[in-house]
Formats: sequence, C-alpha cells, structure tokens
Amino acid sequence: MKTKNLRNDVLELLQRNARMSDQEIADRLRSTPAAIKALIAEMQKDGTILGFSTLVREDGKSGTGKVKAIIEVAVQPERDAGYDRIARAIGNFPEVRTVYLVSGKSDFQLEVVGDSLQEVAEFVAAKLSPLDGVRSTATYFLLKKFKEAGFALTEEEKHERLKVVP
Amino acid sequence: MSVSKLSRNHKKIQPRGRVAEHIRGLPKSGIRDFFELVNTMDDVISLGIGEPDFVTPWSIREAAIYALQKGFTSYTSNLGMLSLRKAVCRYVDDEYGAKYDPVTECIITVGVSEALDLILRAILEPGDEVIYQEPSYVSYPASIVMALAKPVPVATYEKDKFALDPKRLEAAITPKTKALLLNFPNNPTGANISLAQKREIAKIAVKHDLVVLTDEIYSELTYGKMEPTIASLPGMRERTVFLHGFSKAFAMTGFRIGYACGPHELIDAMMKIHQYSMLCASSVGQSAAIAALQDGRGEMLKMKKEYMQRRNVIVKRLNEMGLTCVMPEGAFYAFPNITSTGISSKEFCTRLLQEKRVAVVPGTAFGPSGEGYVRCAYAAGMDEIETAMTRMAEFVQELKSGKKKAK
Repeated sequence: MKTKNLRNDVLELLQRNARMSDQEIADRLRSTPAAIKALIAEMQKDGTILGFSTLVREDGKSGTGKVKAIIEVAVQPERDAGYDRIARAIGNFPEVRTVYLVSGKSDFQLEVVGDSLQEVAEFVAAKLSPLDGVRSTATYFLLKKFKEAGFALTEEEKHERLKVVP
Repeated sequence: MSVSKLSRNHKKIQPRGRVAEHIRGLPKSGIRDFFELVNTMDDVISLGIGEPDFVTPWSIREAAIYALQKGFTSYTSNLGMLSLRKAVCRYVDDEYGAKYDPVTECIITVGVSEALDLILRAILEPGDEVIYQEPSYVSYPASIVMALAKPVPVATYEKDKFALDPKRLEAAITPKTKALLLNFPNNPTGANISLAQKREIAKIAVKHDLVVLTDEIYSELTYGKMEPTIASLPGMRERTVFLHGFSKAFAMTGFRIGYACGPHELIDAMMKIHQYSMLCASSVGQSAAIAALQDGRGEMLKMKKEYMQRRNVIVKRLNEMGLTCVMPEGAFYAFPNITSTGISSKEFCTRLLQEKRVAVVPGTAFGPSGEGYVRCAYAAGMDEIETAMTRMAEFVQELKSGKKKAK
C-alpha cells in the first residue's frame, strides 16, 4: 500500500516535471535519492514509465516547424483481432505519434506529425486510408496551441501578492 | 470678545485624548512593523507571507463571475445566504464531526477575523479574561483588548511540539476567565493537537465553565490524520464556537468569507453585532464560497499535497543547516529554533533580510514566548523555498563560524 502511494506520488511529480532530480523527489516525499532512483528504474523496466519527452511551445521562434494533425479514423473491426491488429498497423507508421481507441462516431483518434501540410495530407491519402479495414478518416490540422499537458501557452498577467501580510 | 481672550480661554481647557485609551495602548502588528523594511528592498524572497501562493481555483472564480453576470450583487440575509449556510453545516458535520442547524446556529462573516471579533464582543465584559495559546496569531491579544477584556497568554513549548499543556492552562484560569481561544493547526508554529489532547482540554473547559473559541482556519491543511473538532466532544457543543473560513485551504483570502457555528444563543448575539456593523458578507464572495464547497475539493487537496511536500523539503533544509525544527503537522508554517546562532529573533530576521535578502518573521511578533524562533511560511513556490534556504544556510554558517572566531 505504502509503496503504491509512493509510486503514484513519484509519477505525479515526474509528469509535472520529468527533470526533477531524485534528490528533490526524495526530499518532497521523505524518502532517499537511492530509493527514488531504484523505483524509477523499476517503473521503466515494468513498462509503467514509457519514456520522458520535452514539451515545446512550437511557435515561430521556438518551434521545430512541424505540422500536427488530429485524425479520426473509422474502421471495420476484425472477427478475431477486434481493433488490435489494425491499431498496430496504424501505429507502426512513424508519422503517427499517438493512437487512441475512442468512444463516439469514429473508432480511433490519432496524432500525426509531419514536416508540412502536404506531407500529412499525403500520409492520409497514400498510407492511412488505403489500409485494410479503414472505412473513413477526418483530418483536423492544429492551428494554435493554447494549453498542453497542463501548461497554458498564453501569457497571463501575473498578480503579485503583497509582501506585507497582516 | 477679543481674539487674545479667546485663545487664553482655549488654553485653560486640557486637550482631551481623541483616541481611546485601550486603542492608544494597542501595539501595531509586529509583522507589519518588520515588513516596512522589506518593501524598501528589491530582490527579496519572502517566506513571510501568511497567504497561499496559489490563485483561487478557476471553478471558484468562475462561479463568482457568473454571480456577477446574473446581477447577484445585493445584500443577503444578515446570517448569510441560506444555501451557503446549509453547505457549510453539511461540510462541518462531514469533515469535523459537529452538527449545526443552518438556520439558527451558523453565521457567515467577513473572514474568520470578523467571526472572532463578533464572538469576543458578544461574550466579554470589562475585566473578563481570555486565555489563548502563545506564540499566537498576531490579532488575538489585540482583538481581546478591543473587546475590553484582558488577554492571558499561556506559553507553548518546542518540547511539547507547541501543543497546549493542560497543566499550564489550568494554572492560568482565574474566577474572571471567561473563554479559551484555541488555534490548531497553529499559526505560527504549525502545531496540531491530537484527539486525546482535545479531550483533556475539553474536560478543563467543562470543569471551569469556559466558552471555547476554536479557530480552525488551517484545519484542512492537516498533514496527519484529520480528527473531529473539540466542538464535537461531550459537554462542548453548548460552550464552543467553531470558527472557520475559506481563505487558507481554498486560497480565497481576498474573498473575505468566514463563518462561525455554535449554540443558537451565541450565534444570535454575534448576529446582532454583525447586523448593525457589517450587515452581511459580500454576496459575490458568498457565491464563490458555495462553489468552493460544491466542487473545490479536488483542487484544495492538490494544494494541500504540494504544501505537505514543501514542508518536508523546508524542514529538511532547516535541519541540514543546523536549526532544530518541529515537524509542522498543519498550516503552512515552519518555526525553527535559532538560539544556536546566538542572536535574537529580531536581529536574525533583520540581518537575514539585509545580508541575504530573505524575509522571515521574528517569533517575537507572535508574543514574547516566540523569542528564539523565526516563522518561515512555505506558501511560496518550491524554487523560492530552495533559494531562500540556500541563502539562509549561508547566513547561519557565517553566524556560527563568526561566533567561533570571536571565542
């Protein structure tokens, strides 16, 4: 029970800041850096932690210039494999960053990244749509990010607290 | 009558003191005094702020905006909106184990400060004594004096983890003692008391027929087990006023919404003063408070978790720099012992500010028994806390090595 709580607490902190040091995590949770290091290694090994990535603002100045689209895909599930085989087939393309099975009109929701609009359109037309079992797709190009992974991307005026409080 | 004659007459009249004697004698808050200095400096990291660094959760702010949009900006009942009182009474029952009738036993006030002022004015007569624990929130002795009674501090000590010692409490009781004012979790020490300790205090209150005022403004920020309020113990309901509000746990200081729950006789007396002096608490604030109780809990618990982790870090850093510090069990204050540095609390804080640009509050601001301690509020971002602790460690190091050299 206790280790489970510690695991969750560590995951919560890492999801907020993947670069938080073992020392800081240990200090926050009253543990030791060695124990935290071991726990993180264990979670990487058992597949709980898939990896660590960096959130980038992706605007003119700091972006990589990549284009991102959300694509809804309706498919025909298969008698033996259900959605699994086709999900794997879609996910194997390196252009596809995420694959979710979702409720609603379509079956899958994908995040696809490419160097240009044309490239993503090409991917949909030439690779995704012709896949066996894919019935239809709907592509939504992302125009502007306002918030990602809990981080707001629009600057808000910061309210300064009084330094003097009764 | 000539002008000269007039002025001569005037001289004969002794100028009357325009400010009442008991107000003239009232000292200004020690914190305010100290922070005059802070405001003149740049680049100061302040661990002196007794206020959450979080902005009020959006769902609560949004509810306040919606109330404005609907035009809900008029007076409310003197006691506060019934829907809020109902929500408050349900919350107090669920969280603290004390049942109150929202119609007759609950009043919404302008912050818990007003609630305290009301109950003190409602029960005290000149000459009455009120016992309170010390170190204490700066307003307690002043509020008691403003209600024309006598504040009687009972010191609490680091060796007891700043819990109120029942023996010392009983020794301070006189035939004039009317009330006992408690504040756990405590500002400035971060101390809390167990249910067993509450039982002991309750017994003494019953034995000496005291009114108990329990200021539980930091109660959600309890890092150990949440236990029932002293108001819920046998014999206590009829003599206890439970004081609470939204400022700390829900990060709503500026909304100024607090409340008191207690026996009808006392709440009714408070209502009379409130109705003539304040009419009602802000209606927008009350709408926000309803939202806080309806769906602010998740955000509140997130903030609590962050405070608890900051507490772990700040206490570890204080210990690493050689200052003993009781592990705070609630609120967002650490109260380290600085006597090993060989200087007074005031000098420690003044020099820390001047030499390292870190603001903490001298323990003496919370009463004479706070000498030898400073209050570090961890209602500040972790980065700020880390930087402040690094600077403070340098300062302590310099003091200690300087002391050695002097020998």
